[in-house]
Amino acid sequence: MTDTVLFDNTALEDALIRMAAAITGTEIYLVGIHSGGAKVANAIQIQLEDAGNTVHRGNLDISFYRDDLDTIGPNPEVRPSELPFDVSGKEVWLVDDVLYSGRTIRAAMDELFDYGRPSSIKLAILVDRGGRQLPISANCVGLTHNAPANCTVKLITKGTWHIEQRQVK
Amino acid sequence: MRPFKHLFGITDLDSEQIKYLVNLGHSFIDINRRSIKKAPTLRGKTIINLFFENSTRTRTSFELAGKRLSADVINISASTSATKKGESLLDTGMTLAAMQPHVLVIRHSIAGTCEFLADYLGDTSIVNAGDGAHEHPTQILTDLLTLKQSWDSMEDKVITIVGDIAHSRVARSHLIAAQKLGYKMRVVAPKTLLPSDIERYGCEVYHDFDAALPGSDAVYMLRMQTERMTDNCSIPSIREYHEAYGLNRARLNAAGSDTLVLHPGPMNRGVEIATDVADSVNSHVLSQVEHGVAIRMAVLAALCGGNDAEEIPPKRNRRTKREMEEDAMKSKEGFWS
Repeated sequence: MTDTVLFDNTALEDALIRMAAAITGTEIYLVGIHSGGAKVANAIQIQLEDAGNTVHRGNLDISFYRDDLDTIGPNPEVRPSELPFDVSGKEVWLVDDVLYSGRTIRAAMDELFDYGRPSSIKLAILVDRGGRQLPISANCVGLTHNAPANCTVKLITKGTWHIEQRQVK
Repeated sequence: MRPFKHLFGITDLDSEQIKYLVNLGHSFIDINRRSIKKAPTLRGKTIINLFFENSTRTRTSFELAGKRLSADVINISASTSATKKGESLLDTGMTLAAMQPHVLVIRHSIAGTCEFLADYLGDTSIVNAGDGAHEHPTQILTDLLTLKQSWDSMEDKVITIVGDIAHSRVARSHLIAAQKLGYKMRVVAPKTLLPSDIERYGCEVYHDFDAALPGSDAVYMLRMQTERMTDNCSIPSIREYHEAYGLNRARLNAAGSDTLVLHPGPMNRGVEIATDVADSVNSHVLSQVEHGVAIRMAVLAALCGGNDAEEIPPKRNRRTKREMEEDAMKSKEGFWS
């Protein structure tokens, strides 16, 4: 197993600043996907609020919306979804750390629609690692990297933030 | 964590599994509160509720739990089933299992019904929704979720359970859970309503309700299970029982203003619980009902998810799934020629 640091803390901080700049509006509805996406959403929220925007935050745990319950079973660390605002008629920004197959985002959109009918959903991603299995693309991408299929790409938040690529098998 | 195949009782769960199910239940509460109460978690799964005893909340909450997770749910009650035509329990179970449901939720008046049927039903997961005076695991998980909403920890908490302990599967399951999770149980009942082996659960036994109240963090009231009483001499009269063992305002005050009042339902107001106590701010009875749906969602999701639960071959009387599949493959060609 080899771990490679794809992006270091400086690269991530720059990316977060760029992402926050791309998200505009007076009232911004940011919904992070547990658990990495929620952390990225928190970081973006700080940037946006520093710039004087009003940010409404929510988090989704999409465990109950995944299409692979049969193979992986329920996630032992499921957390409740929290959406403290009505999503109906709002432009909602979904935020996740790594975009890969697109299945997580599909599940998150399914869940979001069970809370109401947003006027639009946009997607902000810290790292797009390629390898999509569904027709999904992000509106706002912090960093891009084409990772081989036998690798996982992870946001590490222990210590200073960085993005790691790890070969599996 | 050990995967789940069946849920027979708290006895079979370790503390890690209990905590897992309660935490999973916690994350399902939100789905039940929002306007669209549906998640696709159990799409394509079939759940049969087989109830040989009357039930409002348990049956309804299992049905809602399955439906809100997108499973197909069938309800069968004994009064409308073929058991009325003389079919045995085992035949009814095997008949339903042959229709390939994923989960069979069973309530029966005889202890051990679920374990008995599981030996014959092979792949079907079985959930005990109450078997006689034996166990009622989903009720205890529900109660723990309700307590988790009010308390930071179960450690050193004292739950005082009052009433017909002898016939109560809820009491028995709680006594077992208390030993696994490390909370304290006080049981309060006249001797006629206590099981003879109560000491083995390591609880404090009281015959005087008032003596048990100080220091109780929760008071858990039980209904008189008259349908399980073989004689009518357990108590002198309902009125006298209420005087000695009913939870009224004065007793609630003696326990303390933070004391939670729980009841698994159905309540008999004026017998084990006074109306003003049942409707007081201390009463968490309706929270228990709400959490019951979330816990049953958690149990169904835990049983249906993951392939790593060990395969338990049926003991006898039934061919294995593979044998049935092999049968289905052969002898088709030329049947009509």
